[in-house]
Amino acid sequence: MAKSSAKKAEKPVEELRYEEALSELENIVAALEGEQNSLEEAMRLFERGQALVARCGALLEAAELKVKQLAGEEAIPFEEISE
Amino acid sequence: MAQLSLFSTIHWTVSALTRRVRERLESDEILQDVWVEGEISNFKRHSSGHLYFTLKDANAQLRCVMWRTDAIRMRFGLQDGMSVETHGRVSVYEVGGQYQLYADQIRPVGEGALYQEFLRLKASLEAEGLFDPARKRPIPELPHKIGIVTSPTGAALRDMLNTLRRRLPLAEVMIAPSPVQGVEAPPALVSALRALNRQKPDVILLARGGGSIEDLWAFNDERVVRAVTASEAPVISGVGHETDFTLCDFAADLRAPTPTAAAELATPISIQDIASNLSTLDARLTTLTFNLLSSHQTSLSALIARLQFASPRRRVQSERQRVDDLSRRALTGLTHLVQLQSTHVKGMQSRLESLSPLAVLARGYAVVTRKDDASVVSRVAQASDKMKVRVSDGEFEVRKI
Repeated sequence: MAKSSAKKAEKPVEELRYEEALSELENIVAALEGEQNSLEEAMRLFERGQALVARCGALLEAAELKVKQLAGEEAIPFEEISE
Repeated sequence: MAQLSLFSTIHWTVSALTRRVRERLESDEILQDVWVEGEISNFKRHSSGHLYFTLKDANAQLRCVMWRTDAIRMRFGLQDGMSVETHGRVSVYEVGGQYQLYADQIRPVGEGALYQEFLRLKASLEAEGLFDPARKRPIPELPHKIGIVTSPTGAALRDMLNTLRRRLPLAEVMIAPSPVQGVEAPPALVSALRALNRQKPDVILLARGGGSIEDLWAFNDERVVRAVTASEAPVISGVGHETDFTLCDFAADLRAPTPTAAAELATPISIQDIASNLSTLDARLTTLTFNLLSSHQTSLSALIARLQFASPRRRVQSERQRVDDLSRRALTGLTHLVQLQSTHVKGMQSRLESLSPLAVLARGYAVVTRKDDASVVSRVAQASDKMKVRVSDGEFEVRKI
């Protein structure tokens, strides 16, 4: 069940946000642990998993807090006031 | 009269009288639990840490002492001229012959009235169920969008941003600026909370740095408290210092002692946790795949072994061997048969030889045959005129006489 739905919803890793990439990676590891996969399916999962690890690593590396400020209903960049 | 009265009077010692006064004062329950309002004068902090001062108003003075153990809990410094409300008990310092107030709490004038209002509102909102633990929503473990309602210029915002930057730089922060003290603060805080909720944040931090009770008062405003409970996103409050409790703290889904702590509670999983989780997952992924491959490898080897075992080549070899085996056995059998037969023949030959009449002749016997029909003469009646006699080395003719 997890296999087929994962296959359908699979997005290119570069488009994934870190929560999505991480949770898909967790699912893949769980699938490899739990179900009896065909070798072909297992290798596909492994390759996808490795791409996800790389994606997450890159996201963590480049992470920088995005800060915005509400002005009325609009979000504008926030200028930090240093004292 | 004066003389008589002098003799009839009971003689008190100073100590006994002073003790009696003290006991009288101490047995008065009202005097043992009083709040006194007045202005401080003659304030002195002794090197022992005890505080000595006088409370006065227009018409009277009251000597006061506060012991060090109570004095260290004071949140503000005392000075002459300050109007305060002091709580304590009245008793007598027998050595000095002075009655005085033994103070255990001092607060600025006005705070008492505010506190009464605080208690009244707290009780009424509590009765309404606004502080019910069942209302509290869980704080998301990994928020993507974090809302902040606070003053845009305060140290509280800087502390929170620093904490969030350190713990979860993956997040996005949306600040809804609002004044946090003064009469304009409560409505501004309410509309900031509403505007922020329209941005659908995962969690909201409602925060303000430390200040006096009056400074924090906006966070006890009923409108703000109701806006906190009405918030769609769960709210973490971080108002003032650790010891300050506001009604917003009770209404919030989670109360943090300070703004920095609020930012920490909003990010239960830090980027360091995520990174270590990632490397664990990475290792598991590799191990699992390796194990899977090697188990496939093992099954493959087992299959190859079975295939080789079942191979026709092996059967051909075995058939060939069987043929060899059979032919060897056949040969052996044949040889044996031949030997057997030849032994038999030899036996027959020697038996034959032993039965030969020639062997009897050699012992001196002779065979007589008739010359005409060559029949053996074994009875007299068979004798004819001419007969042949065979002996061991030849024959000769004889005649019947």
